[in-house]
Amino acid sequence: MNSREITTQISKAADFLNLKKWDYGASFSNDYSVQVDKGEAKQLKASQKQILTIRVWNQSNLVGITTTSDISESGIKKALKQANIASDFGNKNETTEFSPLAKDPIKVKEVKKRNPVGIKKLLTLLRGAEVKLIESHESIKSVPYNGLSESFFERVYANSEGAFRSYSKSQAALYLYARAEEKDKKPRSSGSVKLGYGADDIDIESCIKEASNKTISHLNYSSIKTDKYLICFSPESFLTIINAFSSMFNARSIIDGVSLSNKNSIGEKLSTEALNIYDDGLHEKNISSTPFDGEGTPTKRLCLINRGRIENFIHSESTARIFKTTPTGHAGLGSKVSVSPDWIVVEKSEEKFDLKTSLDHSTYEGEFVYIEELNAIHAGVRASQGSFSLPFDGWLYRNGNKISIESATVAGDIKYLLKNIVNIESSQEVTTSGISPHIWVDELSITGDA
Amino acid sequence: MLSSQIKSNEIVFGSCNKDLLEEIIFFGIGLGADFVEIFLENTDNSSVLAEEDFITSVSPSFGRGAGIRIFKGKKDGFVSTNDLTKHGLMRSVSQAIEMLDITENKREVFNGLNKHRDYSLSKKKWINEVPSIHEISEKLLVSTKSLKKNNKIITRKGSYSRNLQEVIIASSDGTYVSDTRLHQTVGLNVIASDAQYRSSGSRRFGSSGMPNEFRLWDHEKAANDVFESSMNMLYADYVDAGQMPVVLANKFGGVIFHEACGHLLETTQIERGTTPFENKLNEKIAHESVTAIDEGISEGSFGSLSVDDEGMEPEKSVLIKDGILKKFISDRAGELRTGHKRTGSGRRQNYSFAAASRMRNTYIAKGEHSKEDLINSISEGLYCKSMGGGSVGATGQFNFAVEEGYLIKNGKLTCPVKGATLIGEAKEVMPKISMCGNDLELAPGFCGSISGSVNVTVGQPHIKVDSITVGGR
Repeated sequence: MNSREITTQISKAADFLNLKKWDYGASFSNDYSVQVDKGEAKQLKASQKQILTIRVWNQSNLVGITTTSDISESGIKKALKQANIASDFGNKNETTEFSPLAKDPIKVKEVKKRNPVGIKKLLTLLRGAEVKLIESHESIKSVPYNGLSESFFERVYANSEGAFRSYSKSQAALYLYARAEEKDKKPRSSGSVKLGYGADDIDIESCIKEASNKTISHLNYSSIKTDKYLICFSPESFLTIINAFSSMFNARSIIDGVSLSNKNSIGEKLSTEALNIYDDGLHEKNISSTPFDGEGTPTKRLCLINRGRIENFIHSESTARIFKTTPTGHAGLGSKVSVSPDWIVVEKSEEKFDLKTSLDHSTYEGEFVYIEELNAIHAGVRASQGSFSLPFDGWLYRNGNKISIESATVAGDIKYLLKNIVNIESSQEVTTSGISPHIWVDELSITGDA
Repeated sequence: MLSSQIKSNEIVFGSCNKDLLEEIIFFGIGLGADFVEIFLENTDNSSVLAEEDFITSVSPSFGRGAGIRIFKGKKDGFVSTNDLTKHGLMRSVSQAIEMLDITENKREVFNGLNKHRDYSLSKKKWINEVPSIHEISEKLLVSTKSLKKNNKIITRKGSYSRNLQEVIIASSDGTYVSDTRLHQTVGLNVIASDAQYRSSGSRRFGSSGMPNEFRLWDHEKAANDVFESSMNMLYADYVDAGQMPVVLANKFGGVIFHEACGHLLETTQIERGTTPFENKLNEKIAHESVTAIDEGISEGSFGSLSVDDEGMEPEKSVLIKDGILKKFISDRAGELRTGHKRTGSGRRQNYSFAAASRMRNTYIAKGEHSKEDLINSISEGLYCKSMGGGSVGATGQFNFAVEEGYLIKNGKLTCPVKGATLIGEAKEVMPKISMCGNDLELAPGFCGSISGSVNVTVGQPHIKVDSITVGGR
C-alpha cells in the first residue's frame, strides 16, 4: 500500500468502527549500511521498515494512540481499536486537537532525488576510505568505528479533516573513527561524520582528512590541572550544549516543570547582546530537514534568542494553545505530544560592542582550553537543574602551542556559561546538528588528572 | 483452502512454521551461504505515564518483523523486514546473499531443523496475567500521590512499561526455538525546588517473566526513597574536583563495572581491537578481591532469559575470578571471529538488529566487609549512594554521573554534594577496587550498544575504589 492507499484504508476502517476523528503519522524506509574491518566487509545491513502511529478521538474528545509496524488491513483495524480503547485514559486536563496549520502550504526544499548506489558500491567506498585513513599516518592502526549508510524514506501525516502531507527524501552518512597507538602511550581516538543527500554527495576525502588530523592531533597528550579556564567551544561542542539544554526554549518542558524557563521568560536576558540563536529546520545546509512536524504543522525558522534575550519558545499544537500562540512545527506524534528543536543556528548579532574580538581560536596566543567535542551527554547533563559535568576531547593552548588534554571534564551551569560568553567569532561552521561560530566562555571549571 | 494456503506462505506466531522456515533456510544454503539464521518477532507493548495526579499518556504498540542473517566465512549480511510472507522472507535472504557477493559453488549441508524447543509453553497465559491499563493507572496515581510530601516537590512522575515479545529462532545448524519474554519496568521521578536550589531524584525497578511483579511493587517504599534522595540533595554544594578514594553503593553502583569493564569483555570489542584485555585471559586484571559474573539465569532479574536471541540457553559466566580474567562474553559472530565460545549472550533490541555479544545480569560478587568497614577506612573521600548514567569511549575511558553523593571525612559520612562525575579507565581502576562489601544487590537498567537497547541488570555489593578522578567544580 502507498501512503494514499493507507489513508483510504484508515478512513474506511475508522468509518466501520464509527470513529469520527483520527489522524496518523507514518514513516516508510529502506536503509542500507556497511561496516568494514581492515579491508574486509564486517557487517552489511539492509532494512525495510514501516511504522504507523494512529490517534483516535473518542466521543468525549479524549485522545488514544497506538503504534504498529503492521500496515495490513487487519493491522490497521487493530491499531484503531487499540487507540480507541486507550482513549478512555486520555488526558482530560490537556486536550489535543489537530494543528490549525495542518493544511497550510509547506515549503519543500528542492533537492534532486538520489537513487540507491547499492551495497557493493557502499562497501567499495568505505573500504577505500578505511585504507586511506590508515595510510594517512603511521600511528593510525585501525578504524574500529566506521560505517557508510544510505536511507530512502517517506514521511506522511493525514487526518480525518482531509489534511494530507507526504514527503520523500534520501540521506547518506559516513563516519570514521580512527584509533592511533604509539609505544608507551595510551591509544588515542577521534573521528569525523559527514552527511549527504546520497552516498555520491558525501565528501569522503574531507571526512578522511578530518578524522586523520583530529586523531593525530591527540597523539601528544598531557593531563591538565584542575582549575578554571578560558574556554573556546568548537561549533560542534557549543551546539551540543545548546541542544542539551534546549528545554529552556521548549514549551512542553516548561509546562512539565522540567525547564529552567517559565511562561514569563520571554524577554529574559540570558547572554551577551551579541548572541542570536535560531531553530531553522529548513536551512539549506540541513540535510535532515523535513517540511512538516508530527502534527502536520509546517517547519519554519524561529528566533529563540534575539540579542541575548529569549524571543520565542518552540511549540506543539496543545502547548501553543496553552500559551495562546500558534504551533511552531516542532511536535512529535505521541500519546503525549513531544516538542523538540530541529536544527540550531547560532549567529553573531549586530550588537558586538561587548565582545573581546581579539579572542580567535586560530590566532590567540594566550592560555585557553579548546573543547573540540563533548561526550556522554546523557550522563552528564542535568537539564532541569541547569548543570553539566562532561568529559571532552580538546587541547590546552599555551604560547601558541597546543597539547591534547587527557581524560578531563568541563563542569558548570548553562546560565553561567551563556552569561560568560566573551566572544563569538565571525565565521560559522556547518555541523551535523546545526551551524555555529566558535564561542568563547570565561572561567569554566575543568577537572583533570594532573 | 484459502486459509491453509495463507498459513503455509506466511509466518504465524503460535503455530508450527517448521516447513516454511526449512524452505527458507534451504533456499539460503542453496545459494551458497555458510550459515542462515532467521529471527522472528511479534510484540505487544504498552506504556503508561502519570504526571502529578493525572494519567497523561497511555501508549500501546504492536508489531512483527524478521531479521535474517547470512554468514559467508567471517562476513555476515543482515536484512530486516516487516514482510513475514514466504516471498518477503526469501527476498530478504536473496538480498543478504547478494550483499555478500556469494558466488562460490561450495555448498554447506542443511539437515533440516531439530525438534522444536518451545520455551513459551508455560508463558502463554502471561498476557492475561499482566495488570490491565486500568490497574496500572490506579497504582501509578497512588505512587505519584505518595511523592507529594511537601511543597518543595514541584514535579512528580510515575511511568510503567510492559514489553511482551514472542520470538522464533531458526538456523541452519538445526536450531529451532520459540520463546515468550515479558519485561515490566516502573519508575518514579521528582524534581524539588526551593528558591535558587533544585534537585531531582529517580528510581527504576524492573523484572522479567513475572506478570505479578508490578502488583507486588512497594510503591510507598520507592516514593520515600526518591523523596528522601531529592531532599538530601536540594541544598547540596558542588563537589570539589580531584583524585580521591570513593565508596560506591550496591545495586546500581554496579553500573561502574558494567561500563568500565563489562563492555570491554564483550567479543565485539575484541573484534574491533578496542579492549585492553584482549590478550589477558588468565592474567590478573583486577584486585584479588574482585570476582565478577555475567549470567542470564537469575529468576525474575531484568537481564535474564530462557534462551538468547541466537537460540542458545544462557550460561553463568565467571568473567573475573579473584582478579584473574577467566572469560569473555561471546555470541555466534564473536565465536567465529575471535574463537571465544558462545556464552548464550547473543542479544538484540528487536528484529531490526543483528545479535551481538551483550551483557545480561552482570555483577561483582559479594565480599566479606560491611558497608561501614569501607567508609571507616577512608579519611577523605566520596560516597556515591546513587549513580546516574555513564558511558565508555573508544579508548576505554569511562565516566559516570553521581546522582546522590556524600563527602566522607574521618571515616564518617558528612554533607551531601552534587555535580560529581567519576572518570577513569578500566585498566587502571579495576586493580584499585580494594574492598568488597557483603551486601550484593542487583538493579535493572537499559544498555545501549551495537545491537540496540537491551534489558540488563547491574549489581555489586558496596565497593571501595582506592583512588579515582572525581569531576566537579
